[in-house]
Amino acid sequence: MQLWLKLMRAPLSAKLGMAIVAVNVACVVFAPWLAPFGETEIVGQSWVPGFWGADVQGAPATWLGTDHLGRDVLTRLIFGARNSIVIALVTTILSFSLGITTGLLAAAMRGWVDQILSRTVDLMMGFPTLIFALMVLAVIGSSIPAVIGVIALLDATRVFRITRAVATDIAAQDYVEVARLRGEGMGWIMRREILPNAITPLAAEFGLRFCFVFLFVATLSFIGLGVQPPAADWGSMVKENSAAISFGILMPLFPAAAIALLTVAINLIIDWTGATAGGVHDDH
Amino acid sequence: MIIDQVPQRIVPAPCNDEAPLLDMRGLRIEARSGEAWHVIVHGLDLTLRRGEVLGLIGESGAGKSTIGLAAMGHARPGCRFAGGSILFSGRDLLREPAAGRRALRGTRIAYVAQSAAAAFNPAHRLIDQVVETAVERGGRSRVDAMADAKDLFRRLSLPEPETIGLRYPHEVSGGQLQRVMTAMAMVCRPDLIIFDEPTTALDVTTQVEVLAAIRSVVEDFHTAALYITHDLAVVAQLAHRIMVLRHGRLVEEAPTRTMLEAPCEDYTRSLWAVRTLEKPAEPEAPCLLQMEQVGAAYGARRVLDDISIRIERGRTVAVVGESGSGKSTLARVITGLLPPVAGAIVFAGEPLPAQTQKRSKAQLRRIQMIYQSPDAALNPRHTVREVIGRPLEFYGGLKGREREVRTLALLDMIEMSATHLDRLPSELSGGQKQRICIARALAAEPELMICDEVTSALDQIVQAGILKLLRQLQTELSLSYLFITHDIATVKAIADRIVVMHRGKIVEQGDKREILAPPHPAYTELLLSSVPGLDPDWLTRLLAERERDGGTHATSWPDRLPKTGNRHV
Repeated sequence: MQLWLKLMRAPLSAKLGMAIVAVNVACVVFAPWLAPFGETEIVGQSWVPGFWGADVQGAPATWLGTDHLGRDVLTRLIFGARNSIVIALVTTILSFSLGITTGLLAAAMRGWVDQILSRTVDLMMGFPTLIFALMVLAVIGSSIPAVIGVIALLDATRVFRITRAVATDIAAQDYVEVARLRGEGMGWIMRREILPNAITPLAAEFGLRFCFVFLFVATLSFIGLGVQPPAADWGSMVKENSAAISFGILMPLFPAAAIALLTVAINLIIDWTGATAGGVHDDH
Repeated sequence: MIIDQVPQRIVPAPCNDEAPLLDMRGLRIEARSGEAWHVIVHGLDLTLRRGEVLGLIGESGAGKSTIGLAAMGHARPGCRFAGGSILFSGRDLLREPAAGRRALRGTRIAYVAQSAAAAFNPAHRLIDQVVETAVERGGRSRVDAMADAKDLFRRLSLPEPETIGLRYPHEVSGGQLQRVMTAMAMVCRPDLIIFDEPTTALDVTTQVEVLAAIRSVVEDFHTAALYITHDLAVVAQLAHRIMVLRHGRLVEEAPTRTMLEAPCEDYTRSLWAVRTLEKPAEPEAPCLLQMEQVGAAYGARRVLDDISIRIERGRTVAVVGESGSGKSTLARVITGLLPPVAGAIVFAGEPLPAQTQKRSKAQLRRIQMIYQSPDAALNPRHTVREVIGRPLEFYGGLKGREREVRTLALLDMIEMSATHLDRLPSELSGGQKQRICIARALAAEPELMICDEVTSALDQIVQAGILKLLRQLQTELSLSYLFITHDIATVKAIADRIVVMHRGKIVEQGDKREILAPPHPAYTELLLSSVPGLDPDWLTRLLAERERDGGTHATSWPDRLPKTGNRHV
C-alpha cells in the first residue's frame, strides 16, 4: 500500500521510465505470444519497409518492416528484449553479489585481506575492459554463460571499488565498534550493520551498471562475440543491418532506439529513487 | 602574558533614556514540518540598548538560535516570519528590502557561530577572511583593516598576533579559532554582535580564555551583544540581563544578579539542576578492575604511560582531563580496541586478554561501553527493538516472546515505553537516544560500564536526568562505572573516586572529596578553577587571581597552546 502511494507520488519523468520498463518486461515474459511471427521465421523479402509493406506482393503486413534476411523486425525486437535484458540482469546481479561481498569484506577486515583484494582489483582494472573481454572470450570461446561470467567479473571490480569506499566510512562509525565490542562475527557486521547503510548509493549504482552491461553486451554482439545468430539480440540486430543505413533504410535505427529508450528509462527511475533517498538524508 | 589586563568590571548600567538599538515586538516565527507550518517563536518582545549584553538561555529547541538569526533579519530555510516587527536602530528589518538588510549584516550586525571550524573556509588564510568584510563592504583600505585585525588579535590574547593571521584555519586550536571569529565580527566595529554558543564546543580551560577575551573586547568597544547559550554560569559572566526561553516563549527576564539570586520560576532553577546533584560518600567495596602500569601507543607515539587504576564493585571512578589528555584512549585500552604495550589489566580476579578478539563472549558481556554521541553509536537503520533485542539474543539466547518481554522491561528501566519500540534513532530526541544506548548496554547485564562523555552532548536538564538514571541503576544493579568527562559538575554528581589525567599520565587520583578539596597540583587547580561558577563575579575574580600569582600558572598555560597542525576539536 505504501509502495503504491509512493509510486503514485512519483514525478512524471519517473512514471514515464516505469512505463517503458514495464513494456520491456512484458516483452521479456510474453515474447512468444506478443510477437506476430516466429523468432527466425522469414516472412518476406529483405529490408521491406514497415506500415505499407503489405503492398509488396506476397508479403504479410509488418509494423516495422523486415531485416536483411526478410525476418520481421518487430518480432526480432521482442525476442531480442529477452536475450538482451535477461543477460544484462543476470550479469548485473552476479557482479553486484561478487563486488558487494568482496567490498564489504575488504572494508570490515582491513589489513591483508583488504590489500590482496584491492591490489587484485587494481590489476584487473589495469586492462581496458573491452580488450580484456575479447581476450578471455577468444580463449574460452564465446557462449552466453561465458559472456555473462566475463562481464560480471569485470563489472564486479567497479562495484568492489564503490562498495569499499562507502563501507570504509561506515565501518569507522561508533555503532560498528559497538558490534565488534559485543563480539559479533564478521558476517553480522557486514550484513546487518554496514550493508543497510550502504544500500542507497549501491542501488543507484545498480541501475547505472545495468545500463552499462546492457550496452556492453550490445557491443560484444555487434563485434560478433555476444549472442550468436540466429538468436535475436538488439546489439547484433544493429550490426547485421548496419549496411542498410547507406541505402537510406531506417531499419537498424529501431533496435538502436530500443537500447537508448530502455537506458534512458532506467536512468529516469534511478534519478527519482536517488532524489527521494537523498531527501531522507537531508532532513536531520 | 595571555591576560594582559584585568578587566575592571564596571557594570555600565546602560542609560534608559536612549532609544533601544534592537527592539523586537511581538515577533512570531513559523517553521515548516511536512506540509504544515507551526509556530516556533510565540510573540516575543526583546529590547537591547547600546553597549548592553543580553543573555538568551534555554534548552535546545527553545528557539534561541532562531531569535539570534532574526536579529539580523534572517530566517533559516524552512522558517518564516509570521508577524511582529524587528526594529534595528529605527529601521524595521522585516519591511526592509533584502539589499538593505544585507548592507547591515557584517558591518553593523555581526554573528559569531558555534562551530568556528565549520564557519571558516579551510582554503584561505585567516587574515584574508577576517578583513574581507571590512575591505569589500566597510570601505576600508586593506592595510588599515589588517592593522586593525592585528590589534584585535592582541586584545583577544591570541598568541603571535602579528603572524597568526597568516595561518590556515586547521593550524590553530578550536579556542583560538573562536577568538579569530570574534575578531572577524569586531573588525567593522558593529553595533551589535550575536554570539551563538561560542564556547559550547570548547574545553573548560579554553572556554575561560575565550570568555575573558570576548568580555574585554565587548566592553572596550561598548558593543551590544546577544549571547546565546544553554549554560547559565557562562552567560552570567558576560550578560547584564538574562532572558530564559522555553518552547519559543519567554519564561523569565531579569538582571543577571537578580536572576541568579532569586529566580521566580521553577524552570529557571532546573537549568542548573546538574550542579545541585551530589553523590554521597560510600564505603569501600571489593575490587572489580585493576590496571597496573598500563602503557599504550599509536604506532611509535606513546599516548598512555604508567596508568594504574582500581575500580571497585558498585562504585564510580571519574576520569577527568581536557581533550587530548588520553581519557578516551584509556577506554579503548580497557575494551581491547587498542591493546596495551605495557602493563596488565585484571578483571574480577582474572587477567583480561589484551585484544577484543581474544576475549570470550562472557568477558565481552561483562564490560559495556556508552559513547559520547548517541547519534553515531546507534545504527540509523535499526529500530529500538533491534538495538536492545540484539544483545539479549546474542548473550542470553532470548528469542521471540521472552526477548520482547525483556526489551520492554529494559525500556521501562530507562523510563521509556512500548510506543518507542518501532522507532528509528532519527525519530527520537538526543536524551532518548542516549537512554537507548544505556538500555543496550544494560541488556548485556554488565558489571562494568565505561561512559565516555555520555552527557556532554546534552542539555543541562537532560544531563541531570541521565545522571540520576545512571546513579539509580548503580544502586539497583550494583554496576561499576568508569566515567570519562571534562565537566566537574558531572563528576560531583556521579563519582566516588577521581583520576585526573594530563597528556597520557595520571596527575592525581583519590577519593572525590580529597581531590576536590585544596591543595591541588597545578594542573588540577587549573582544571577545577576553570569551571564557571554561578556567580557573576566569578570570571573577574578568577582572572585577578591568575594575574596575581601568574607565575605558577604561566608555566602550565603555554604548553596547552597546540602545535601547528595538531588541533583537537
